[in-house]
Amino acid sequence: MDNIAGQKSSLTWAVHFSVVVLVLLWLLPTLGLFVSSFRSADQIASTGWWKSLFSQEQNVVIRAEKPDQQKLLDELYVIEGNLFAQDGAVEGDVSVWGTSSKDISAYAAGETADLGEKGRLTVEVNGDYRFVNDTEFTGSRGQRVFLTATTPPSFSLTNYKHVLSKESGTSSMSKAFFNTLTVSIPSTIIPILIAAFAAYALAWMDFPGRALLIAFVVGLLVVPLQLALIPLLKLHLQVGIGKGYLGVWLAHTGFGLPLAIYLLRNYMVGLPKDIIENARVDGATEFQIFVKIILPLSFPALASFAIFQFLWTWNDLLVALVFLIDSSGDTTVMTRQIVELLGSRGGNWEILATAAFVSISVPLCVFFAMQKYLVRGLLAGSVK
Amino acid sequence: MHPAIQGLLTIIIGVSACIGYFYFSNVFLDKVLFPARGRHAGRNINRANMVRPWLFLFPALAALSLYLAYPVFETLRLSLTDRRLDGAFVGLDNYRQMFSEQKFWEALRNNFLWLLVVPALSTTFGLLVAQLTDRIKWGAVAKSIIFMPMAISFVGASVIWKLVYDARPEGADQIGILNAVYIFMGGDTSHTWLTIPFWNNFFLMAVLIWIQTGFAMVILSAALRGVPEETIEAAIVDGANPFQIFFKIKMPQIVGTIVVVWTTITITVLKVFDIVFAMTNGQWETQVLANYMYDKLFRASDWGVGSAAAMIIMLLVSPILIWNVRNARKEMK
Repeated sequence: MDNIAGQKSSLTWAVHFSVVVLVLLWLLPTLGLFVSSFRSADQIASTGWWKSLFSQEQNVVIRAEKPDQQKLLDELYVIEGNLFAQDGAVEGDVSVWGTSSKDISAYAAGETADLGEKGRLTVEVNGDYRFVNDTEFTGSRGQRVFLTATTPPSFSLTNYKHVLSKESGTSSMSKAFFNTLTVSIPSTIIPILIAAFAAYALAWMDFPGRALLIAFVVGLLVVPLQLALIPLLKLHLQVGIGKGYLGVWLAHTGFGLPLAIYLLRNYMVGLPKDIIENARVDGATEFQIFVKIILPLSFPALASFAIFQFLWTWNDLLVALVFLIDSSGDTTVMTRQIVELLGSRGGNWEILATAAFVSISVPLCVFFAMQKYLVRGLLAGSVK
Repeated sequence: MHPAIQGLLTIIIGVSACIGYFYFSNVFLDKVLFPARGRHAGRNINRANMVRPWLFLFPALAALSLYLAYPVFETLRLSLTDRRLDGAFVGLDNYRQMFSEQKFWEALRNNFLWLLVVPALSTTFGLLVAQLTDRIKWGAVAKSIIFMPMAISFVGASVIWKLVYDARPEGADQIGILNAVYIFMGGDTSHTWLTIPFWNNFFLMAVLIWIQTGFAMVILSAALRGVPEETIEAAIVDGANPFQIFFKIKMPQIVGTIVVVWTTITITVLKVFDIVFAMTNGQWETQVLANYMYDKLFRASDWGVGSAAAMIIMLLVSPILIWNVRNARKEMK
């Protein structure tokens, strides 16, 4: 028995370990982009994002104040200040420092370097320095100091402010955010109603050709929407809808219907037969049955489809490219903006990462808030 | 008008038009066309009930026919005509031209690679995660994290993975985690992974596998839960080890679900566009059919060849379409 018990615990351990590895594999890519969106362009380009989570050593060169800042104190010429106080320099703790590029770790923090007739320089851990000389400092530039500093993790919201602000070159991102919202909300709500009525007819009304129609819907479920692009664009241009919101709403409605009808019908078929037949016997019309009984009972299925359709329309690129975005670019959506950024500013990770995260954040919120319905919908759609 | 107001207006108009249509068409049917009173009350009720399903179905059927069924035939027609010749019939010329293009064969080859690799790996990983997380306490959290990429757009995922694949010149600190790990493991120098022909396809596939595994996991996990407890207990009593239980008891019982997951992912793969479009745009031999088609339609403005490419995608999907329809009909009986 010992043997079996031992095997079991080692197996459990292996299971936990492999799940941890898999979860990390799945989480790290997203985490990387997320962390990067809070770092400055320099930080992203100089070190990997995983290093930014810990304090790190950095070598920097900073100049002390210029000689014209010197003061005369007790017959000594003094230049004082903090090395990190200068324009946008990193902050951190000085461990070692030097005054020549050949030996950047000549002195420990707190030590005083005697530079001969140029003076005596002391640098403290926090970056405070004191440069003293018996004679007046000359020259126009400050003394160079080579620092090895340990910098704590530093993150900021600057990127988000930059990407979302109106003044910046990427201003279209906040506009694109609202455009995307404008595309996806009507495209989510309209097909639900149309599909619900059709699903009710296919589930609970008896008429010739019903089986054929269900097969028709199942068939359309897999028709690639690529086929629809040209014929429908032509049609939209002919009837005067052209490229724009109306076109994209109609297209999303059409493309979302097969799944909507299929999901809702599968769900409605499973509703208890007695309720519906009792209502019929009591003289309720089909319309009343649908509105008062079927719709409220089908709420979980409606929610599932709503989430699918919202995620799909929010994340869509192809349909928007074909039916919405015209040459003026006023109606651009976020996915399109991100692809543009990838092409034109592929190296600007701070903008890319932030823009991508602005776009991802909404579906992620929906996902975590409504995961239950999403799972239910998937199961209803695939497993029978 | 501001688009947001326009959107709100559309919702209101759309929803009230829907409700109005359904309500008034029913009223019209019952009160005006076939009133349930008078001499023919009984006959009228029957007639009204014969018409009513079609009232309920009409908007959906109209939209489906116009937006999905009609385009299949129209695309077929377009693929046989030439836009530059004012839509004249040119027979199979477009197909001939397409088959003579190197890029098309590259796209077809890549599509087959995707078809082989992505459904297989997504299903395998999904099954693995479903089985492993089944009995552990924090399984729900683990599942939730692996399911999360489902919510992320293909474009967002492309950005995420571009950072993973990022390469810096030799000597500089790598900021892409793949290169960092590669060098840490003793690799000689950093690689720009997405520009290595043939293998870059697999780096693109990784993105889709990453997204689809969660889907496979959710469905297979439910299927595993559905395996009757008695069969597993009987196997344990007979001394089966965990691997035997998994492969010989559980797997055979969920094989139907595995096939469903596999085919669903296959369809997604055939339509894959955004990932290739955003990450390489078909350069470095990563072209796929959907992106090839987009190129032809909107960059080269060649509707004939573009439609022909779309028909090829349709052709590849149709076995699954037929199989699905058959299954659905079998279930109806």
